[in-house]
Amino acid sequence: MDLSLRFKAHIVTLLVLVALLLAWQLAVGGRGSVVKMDPEYAKLMGANATQGKSAMPGPLEVGTKLWQLLSDPFYDRGPNDKGIGIQLAYSVARVSLGYLLAALVAIPLGFLIGMSPLMNRALDPFIQVLKPISPLAWMPLALYTIKDSSLSAIFVIFICSLWPMLINTAFGVSTVRKDWINVAKTLELSPGRTARSVILPAAAPTILTGMRISIGIAWLVIVAAEMLVGGTGIGYFVWNEWNNLSITNVINSILLIGLVGMILDQLMGRIQRAVSYAE
Amino acid sequence: MCVTGEESVSFKNPFDATTPLRTGGCRCGHHASQADHDSEMRSRDERLTRVVQSAVVRAIFPHDAARRAFLATVGTSTAIAAIASVFPLATATEVFAQSAAPEKKDLKIGFIPITCATPIIMAKPLGFYEKQGLNVDVIKTAGWAVIRDKTINKEYDAAHMLAPMPLAISMGIGSNPVPYAMPAVENINGQAITLSMKHKDRRDPKDWKGFKLAVPFDYSMHNYLLRYYLAEAGLDPDTDVQIRSVPPPEMVANLRADNIDGFLGPDPFNQRAVYDGVGFIHILSKELWDGHPCCAFAASKEFITTLPNTYAALLRAVIEATAFASKAENRKQIASAVAPANYLNQPEIVLEQILTGTYADGLGQIKKDANRVDFDPFPWHSFAVWILTQMKRWGQIKGEVDYKSIAEQVYLATDTARLMKDAGLVPPTATTKTFSVMGKVFDPSTPEEYISGFKIKRT
Repeated sequence: MDLSLRFKAHIVTLLVLVALLLAWQLAVGGRGSVVKMDPEYAKLMGANATQGKSAMPGPLEVGTKLWQLLSDPFYDRGPNDKGIGIQLAYSVARVSLGYLLAALVAIPLGFLIGMSPLMNRALDPFIQVLKPISPLAWMPLALYTIKDSSLSAIFVIFICSLWPMLINTAFGVSTVRKDWINVAKTLELSPGRTARSVILPAAAPTILTGMRISIGIAWLVIVAAEMLVGGTGIGYFVWNEWNNLSITNVINSILLIGLVGMILDQLMGRIQRAVSYAE
Repeated sequence: MCVTGEESVSFKNPFDATTPLRTGGCRCGHHASQADHDSEMRSRDERLTRVVQSAVVRAIFPHDAARRAFLATVGTSTAIAAIASVFPLATATEVFAQSAAPEKKDLKIGFIPITCATPIIMAKPLGFYEKQGLNVDVIKTAGWAVIRDKTINKEYDAAHMLAPMPLAISMGIGSNPVPYAMPAVENINGQAITLSMKHKDRRDPKDWKGFKLAVPFDYSMHNYLLRYYLAEAGLDPDTDVQIRSVPPPEMVANLRADNIDGFLGPDPFNQRAVYDGVGFIHILSKELWDGHPCCAFAASKEFITTLPNTYAALLRAVIEATAFASKAENRKQIASAVAPANYLNQPEIVLEQILTGTYADGLGQIKKDANRVDFDPFPWHSFAVWILTQMKRWGQIKGEVDYKSIAEQVYLATDTARLMKDAGLVPPTATTKTFSVMGKVFDPSTPEEYISGFKIKRT
């Protein structure tokens, strides 16, 4: 029963995909009106103008281009032209670095806030004000103060990954069952030991939920940040192709951004399952 | 109509009284008499000598008419001898041409992917930097504000900027004041007003009320030229139309999406709009002001003073590349050198049309104008003064403006001034010239009168 349901789901997914691709092909396949041109003049014009070709590429065109991109992902033809693999690697590296830094700050701070009602109240106004700020709004300030565009991008990742982790850690820590803490007290554990061997495992699933939300946001933000600062990364790649008005490659990068985002999310999902427990 | 290319004004023999002046009319009328000079100037040293001499002679006789009169009266050889007696031309040339090893070899230069940046970009694939012993990486950058911040942050050693930007940065409008210098103009002309296909019958700017138009940046020649053009037609650019700052690549997409009616933007995006069949070229910026500057090669004062030899080598490379680009016969080669994804990332045919000046106008005609874009490094102080008058005219700067001193501080009228000072020589004073924009003569010595002569202004 379970197997047949899964099988059916796959079939439906496939059908939806085929329907979407067909609709896409049909939507862009039509030729627009073409004005008759002098052949000399036509030589100077692009296919959109001469053949009335739609500016939007069809799935076949996108697929061919995707194959080209993926068959040589690591070429390096100078600072402004690198393979898609290298660009993705740059982005993933930036995200990881900013994200890890954020974890290093958010988790200890979250513990502090979660364990101390005083700090919770004292720091709450800061968190409430800083949390809703769009991470990209920090970019000009970061560029101005850090004076390095790569570090600024990492800073933006740091600041956007910080809040979900911080809030979830604080929440997870403060809602650990009082019984367990009382047991730790009876056993005369030091506060540090209590935090490590009682609260951390108990709050881990909530913390990981925060981390999973954070990685998703970080990946969303890196693309925008790299479009702003340029240089390297998948965001820069999108911008560079946009600059060339190559919608085909923009669509391909959208696909790849989605895929990498999914992989990152799945990874965090695995870890989350590993630390979750049944009460 | 000009169909053959010619050397730009700074590369010409300053002692030739028959060389046509830049302002007004076609530059190609004297081509025959120029041919022997052209062959003389093949070698690089000759060209450097000429740039230096040009600066010195123009410094001594800032007014074209006076220089002309002097040369005509005493004759060229006497003129050289006379000037050499009061000013050591040979030494000045040597100082500029000497190649002390650069202090720093690995440099980063930022550029925006538009054809204005051609000299800076092509100097990489065509080996002009290498020849000066420099290892330069040219880095594509996402926008003007970013290129400004990255240069201020010293991530870039030098950068491609819009000609008004070094002025704006030095004065601290739009950013913190940082002393900036613009030792060389990259290109002159090379912009255009492109309109959406639906306006192909509305060619008179008087009918453009309510248009949404785009320019690349607030502090750009594009903005000032478009405002000038509209105001001349009686439209107030602040109230009768909407002018937006839009990054050049998005101009074409916005035109297609019908978000804007047109733009005054840099190439390749004018030609790209034609190539993609979404717009037509209404008028070239050359037709508004022939020989206007657009983009520039800029560096911070700090870079120039702390790394003088590197800077000299870099500037030599850029001047060399600009000289190479100013020749019509090299344009096709340049188009294919800058087309790849690492540089402009555009179809070669689009760049070729822009650089050779034989182009499709979007309305079914093939037009020819060899000077559609041209390359000339000489940073005339009068350019800076004109830009400052427009900044003031449109309210970007307020109050008293010391036009002359800002222009002199920022626009290094050839780098000779600094290099000469190092050698204990007296640097030349400002080099200015008069020119006319849409038929109205601009005299750089009376900027305030010029501004008050406009009907539509914000002062």
